Amino acid sequence: MTAAAHRHVGSSRPVWLVLVLLFGVAWLVVALDGGNFVALPNLQNIAQSSVALGLVAVGQSLVVLAGSLDLSVAYVVSVSAVTASVVMNGSAADIPLGLAAALGVGAVIGLGNGAVIVGLRVNPFIATLGMSLVVRGILNALFDNFAGAVPDEFQALGYDAVAGVPVSLFLLAAVVAGAWLLLHRTRFGYHVYAVGGNIEAARASGIRTGRVVLVAHVLAGVCAAASGVFLASRLGAGAPWVGPDGGYDLESIAAVVLGGTALAGGRGRLLGTIAAVLMLAVLDSVFNQFQANAFVQTLVRGVIIIGAVALYAFREQS
Amino acid sequence: MTAATTAARLRRIAPIWVVLVLVLVGIVWRDPTFADPPTLLAFVKRSAPLAVLALGQLFVVISGELDLSVGALITACVVAAARLGEGDPSRTWWIILLVLGFGVVVGVVNGLITTMLRVPSFITTLGMMLVLGGAVFLWTGGSPTGALAENFRQYGREDIGPVPYAVVILLAIAVAAYFLLHRSRFGHQVFATGGGTRAAELSGVAVRRIRVTSFVLSGLLAAVSAILLAGFAGLSANAGQGYDFQSISAVVLGGAVLGGGRGGIGAALGGAFALQAMFTLLNLLGMAAPLRDTVQGLLIVAAVAFAAYRLRSNR
Repeated sequence: MTAAAHRHVGSSRPVWLVLVLLFGVAWLVVALDGGNFVALPNLQNIAQSSVALGLVAVGQSLVVLAGSLDLSVAYVVSVSAVTASVVMNGSAADIPLGLAAALGVGAVIGLGNGAVIVGLRVNPFIATLGMSLVVRGILNALFDNFAGAVPDEFQALGYDAVAGVPVSLFLLAAVVAGAWLLLHRTRFGYHVYAVGGNIEAARASGIRTGRVVLVAHVLAGVCAAASGVFLASRLGAGAPWVGPDGGYDLESIAAVVLGGTALAGGRGRLLGTIAAVLMLAVLDSVFNQFQANAFVQTLVRGVIIIGAVALYAFREQS
Repeated sequence: MTAATTAARLRRIAPIWVVLVLVLVGIVWRDPTFADPPTLLAFVKRSAPLAVLALGQLFVVISGELDLSVGALITACVVAAARLGEGDPSRTWWIILLVLGFGVVVGVVNGLITTMLRVPSFITTLGMMLVLGGAVFLWTGGSPTGALAENFRQYGREDIGPVPYAVVILLAIAVAAYFLLHRSRFGHQVFATGGGTRAAELSGVAVRRIRVTSFVLSGLLAAVSAILLAGFAGLSANAGQGYDFQSISAVVLGGAVLGGGRGGIGAALGGAFALQAMFTLLNLLGMAAPLRDTVQGLLIVAAVAFAAYRLRSNR
């Protein structure tokens, strides 16, 4: 990629800088209170709590960069968590089958989103909101709480650590690395930026824009499903409320935008999204250390999201 | 009249009315008493909060933006009214003014952040949703406290003569909104702003002011909707839950296009009634409550797909 193209796409460096700064402040504030922010259990906690949102946000980044949006991810998380735990049903031999089924369901829902957006030309907001309602209705009609169970072996994904690093972090790292290579080292990734930047121009220059949007949505579905699988392993089973309770739909969009990606598409970096997810996790951790009220936490989150995006808009203007 | 002009006339009827009539016929088929005037009025009363909310959302959507904060605003208004009023009827008049004023302030803030700071309205109103949800329960300590006075609740549940208050209020707001959107200079400018922002700017429309005003209308009508809901459903920590997406669904069912420039007051009302009627019908058919979501989802996607198809074939 040339320097000019690089500049156009933007850099995630400012977001990482803010993350480092935030981390430093968190360290200081907790130290003044007599705690140790960088204690291994706390760091593990931050990493662990970033995984679920991080996986969803990677997929969300792909669709937002392509000029689309996915509001159905929260229920994809739920449906894949329930699918994994019902299919596995406590038997270690069924782990591969359960994984395949859960990721497959995510891919199918993503494909459905993409097909409605591309084929029927429905606005992505409405298409994925509609999909989210459809999935929610079916899921809640079939299950009302935990269903099935994941085998103990599978809970390793949620709880084990290798040399102090949680296993789930490797999963997130692998997904991020894969998505990064796809976005920045392949023709498809280049097309994603082109379609998100200006779909008419992309079409005129011979890119099959519909296919790009479709594939981005399938990948977003698979990423959300991976998050659901992780949550099932963490909770021991899947339940219909795991996705919406985590607020993964709006939170993932907030993380993408907080990471410096334009909501209109075509501009932003995947690693910015990851920095934003870590930022939110660091914030949560500080709030938890001080046992701050959950409502203060929500309020501050809202202010930070608006403030950050206003700052980006201001920087762009000047 | 020739066949061609009849066909042309039919095409101009918003498809949502056909959907509404079909659903209403379905309801009357399952429950003939639904056609009695009192039952019908009760249905309109039940739909009034969503319909009022949808009219506010409509202005924002036509101007090219989106308001996701209305659900949280409704909850905030209901909880604040109970906390401040503590069931004392003598406080009702200023609480109503305060609630309406609060709606206006939230609208102004949404509008200014979106236009002056250039934050996409999706993010602005999402942030506002978090701020309102956090702030109001921080204030009341986690759960709603206090009580709603009887004379505060009358607007949502009592009648003037044979007609519910809510129906009269909805009618008045609908007429006012109709003149504002379809018969005034401001209305033209709302359409112009959403239809082509740059062109509107060049032809002298104060685009920012139009957008801020639209957000103010949305906030104000959300506050009215909160007063109606407080009467109808009472005090609850999730009074406004789901209303953000439902109001957008209603507006879109009524043919408005996300992105701006298209929509109408009548059709948006039709969308709100159709959505409420659909819930009633599914209830009568004995369908499991969660499946209502599924049907709502299919319905809005189908409606928007149909609108997109018509737009292409008309071109």
